[in-house]
Amino acid sequence: MNAETPSSDSPSLEVKNLVKRFPGAIALGGVSMTHQEGEVLAVIGENGAGKSTLMKILAGVQEPDEGEIFLRGNKVRIPDPASATEHGIALIHQELNLADNLDIASNIFLGREPRGKLGWIRQSEIREKAAEALEQVGLKESVRTLVRDLSIGRQQMVEIAKALSFDARIIIMDEPTSSLSQYETENLFQLIHTLRERGVGIIYISHRLGEVKELADRVVALRDGQNAGEISKEEISSDRMVQMMVGREFSQFYQRIERPLGDVALEARDLRTPTFPQHAINFKIRAGEVVGLAGLVGAGRTEMLRCLFGMEPATGGEIMVNGENVTPKNPIEAIRAGISLAPEDRKHHGLILEMTVGENLSLPSLKRDQNKGFLNRKKEKILIDQMIDAMSVKTQSHRQIIQYLSGGNQQKVVLGKWLGMNPKVLLLDEPTRGIDVGAKQEIYKLMEKLASEGVAILYASSEMEEILGMADRALVMHEGRLTGELSRDEISEESVMQLATGQTRETSQSTAE
Amino acid sequence: MKKILGILGLLIFVCVFTAIKSPSFLSAYNMENTLRWTSLFGVISIGVAFVIITGGIDLSIGSVIGLSGTTLAYTLSVKGWSPYLVIPMILICSMCIGLFHGLLITRLKLQPFVVTLCGLLLYRGISRYITNDQSQGFGSGFQGLRQLAVGKVAIPFVEGFMIPVPCFLLLGIAIVAGIFLNSTIYGRYLLALGRNEMAAKYSGIQTERMTLLAYVVCSTLAGLGGILFALDVNSVQPAGLGEFYELYAIAAAVLGGCSLRGGEGSILGVIIGAAVLRVLYNAINILRIPTHLEFAIIGSVILAGVIVDELVKRYAARRRAIRSASQE
Repeated sequence: MNAETPSSDSPSLEVKNLVKRFPGAIALGGVSMTHQEGEVLAVIGENGAGKSTLMKILAGVQEPDEGEIFLRGNKVRIPDPASATEHGIALIHQELNLADNLDIASNIFLGREPRGKLGWIRQSEIREKAAEALEQVGLKESVRTLVRDLSIGRQQMVEIAKALSFDARIIIMDEPTSSLSQYETENLFQLIHTLRERGVGIIYISHRLGEVKELADRVVALRDGQNAGEISKEEISSDRMVQMMVGREFSQFYQRIERPLGDVALEARDLRTPTFPQHAINFKIRAGEVVGLAGLVGAGRTEMLRCLFGMEPATGGEIMVNGENVTPKNPIEAIRAGISLAPEDRKHHGLILEMTVGENLSLPSLKRDQNKGFLNRKKEKILIDQMIDAMSVKTQSHRQIIQYLSGGNQQKVVLGKWLGMNPKVLLLDEPTRGIDVGAKQEIYKLMEKLASEGVAILYASSEMEEILGMADRALVMHEGRLTGELSRDEISEESVMQLATGQTRETSQSTAE
Repeated sequence: MKKILGILGLLIFVCVFTAIKSPSFLSAYNMENTLRWTSLFGVISIGVAFVIITGGIDLSIGSVIGLSGTTLAYTLSVKGWSPYLVIPMILICSMCIGLFHGLLITRLKLQPFVVTLCGLLLYRGISRYITNDQSQGFGSGFQGLRQLAVGKVAIPFVEGFMIPVPCFLLLGIAIVAGIFLNSTIYGRYLLALGRNEMAAKYSGIQTERMTLLAYVVCSTLAGLGGILFALDVNSVQPAGLGEFYELYAIAAAVLGGCSLRGGEGSILGVIIGAAVLRVLYNAINILRIPTHLEFAIIGSVILAGVIVDELVKRYAARRRAIRSASQE
């Protein structure tokens, strides 16, 4: 566990037995880790494994309850972000922390502006130094450009430039590619290589195994707030990493059952979404089929699902359910036609956080179960009990306010509220985002169960393993276009990536025909 | 229910305090008056509560009251129209005002604050224009109709104290509103969309229609309030009737547990909130506190109430967090 490396010099960073407790949960239960001078260290783990907490501690956002931190052999405390900066540690956050109404230069020196005699900010000096920092990261952009006019990828470069401007020795990147395009990702990788050559250490947090394989000198895995193993560069492989992260074999995690397929339940004919009206989308999904929808961020998956659900009505083409043209103009029509959507953003779109578990579960079915406009409390209660039971939602009572439930339990409620409507077609947008491993597995089981009951399921996922593990068939999108369709036997990391990056490929026969 | 206890405590405190300081507070005359005005303000406060529950706001209530009241007095006394024509007409016009606000807010996505602020100016201007800014009244006429506002009903076996007619109006409206909010699917929809409009939309709720309905209810009740206020005061100033009443109504709703963030509110709470404001106002008068201080006192009491409420809520949240932590 405790990775004592026998190197001559002390490691640039070492943490020993960090413990961090939150009310009701232990985020870190004694994690140890070392980072050698100038290496790219990848920290991997499922959501909730403790990666983000560990990084927040290093960046001074949170203080550990127990444990020690050493920088080049010296024990240090990092009580706040300012002292992290002093120690040369910079955190590039998942959600970028820039003031987007200010220009690049002001952002780089935000909070530590060089001042003149009367307290005036010395603009010319700021601009000069900012320009130097931009050059270091290879960003060709005027320092007077407003940050909001930059793409996410460029904003990230500005953040890195900011880190370099205070001579950061260790830059922590938390899921840096989660909202980058392919091109921007490549740029970032280039920069990471340059930084490494210059001796800047990188701690790279990701669950994208492909990236880790490409970048890392060493991989540390966390699971449930504990160290879950470590591998050196030569040994890095997806299988090993998944095994460490999940703690069990890949094949055990997804248990697919062969089930008979019914008739075509959902069909899109020349469907045109308002976001990408130039591309017509065609596909069919049969009853009992579980179809994965893969693609990079911004490929238009969410937009397509929203269109199928009538949230952003189609600008052309038809949506058929059981052979009938239903093309919904709003969610009410979609629900009536038997289409349900569990949206990507659970907290803002999926649930009403301040309402109770029960109220959330019954919201869509109130109308069906109404008694001349009045609530039918008896039916409502029966439905709520049924769904809490069927989803095995862990809650003290149905009167519990839902925001106090864990992410996994919340997600079960999102699914439960739609199951109460007995949908023919269930659309799931990132159904396991931000929930722990155990809950994930329960969601997968539930999808299997629903499919075997004859529900057609279309789920969008950014996690490759989820597509590989769960899908009977995969649809892949790239920039609003459906670039291909892969049967169970054809699905592989390579084939999905190929289609997701827009490379054409001869599609073989589709299984829905 | 817990939320109502706090405001109910405040009401009882103010009542007891005033009664001890000045026995005339409990006189039949004073109680009847306070009850009547509480009822009138209760009606308009319930209206604005609907809008606040959707997460919106209606600043035009006072001007709608002014327009409705002056129109009533003007058409009845000056034009000599029949009350059977005028009252339905005013109520329908008020409904249309609400519909107009609601459409601007849901279709054009204008901000409720802006739309109703413009309404505040617009309707006040119209009332002053149609009456040429002359005060209107019913003189000694329309005694029957005025009973709606100033009438009283004797209680069997009780001497000397009678219940003002507006109390019954308020009771009826409150019961309908309470049932609507708590026992119909539309009430649930209103609460849901007030908390999180997008999630409500994703659940298949026609959020726009519900929001529209809230504004219609609000303006209609303001229109009804205007009729009652005009009948009560008899001398209607086009520039003054209903001025600032939107703020009293909003204050009553907030005191009664409506959150301006939307999604929360109870009808009973709102009525008690209106009562607190009226009792305070009354106390200032009968305790001979300089009336210049009126706004300052009402403002401070509301602020104190809201602060205490927030502190209690935080305390409860912390206890809940500790409890759930110890259970794990």
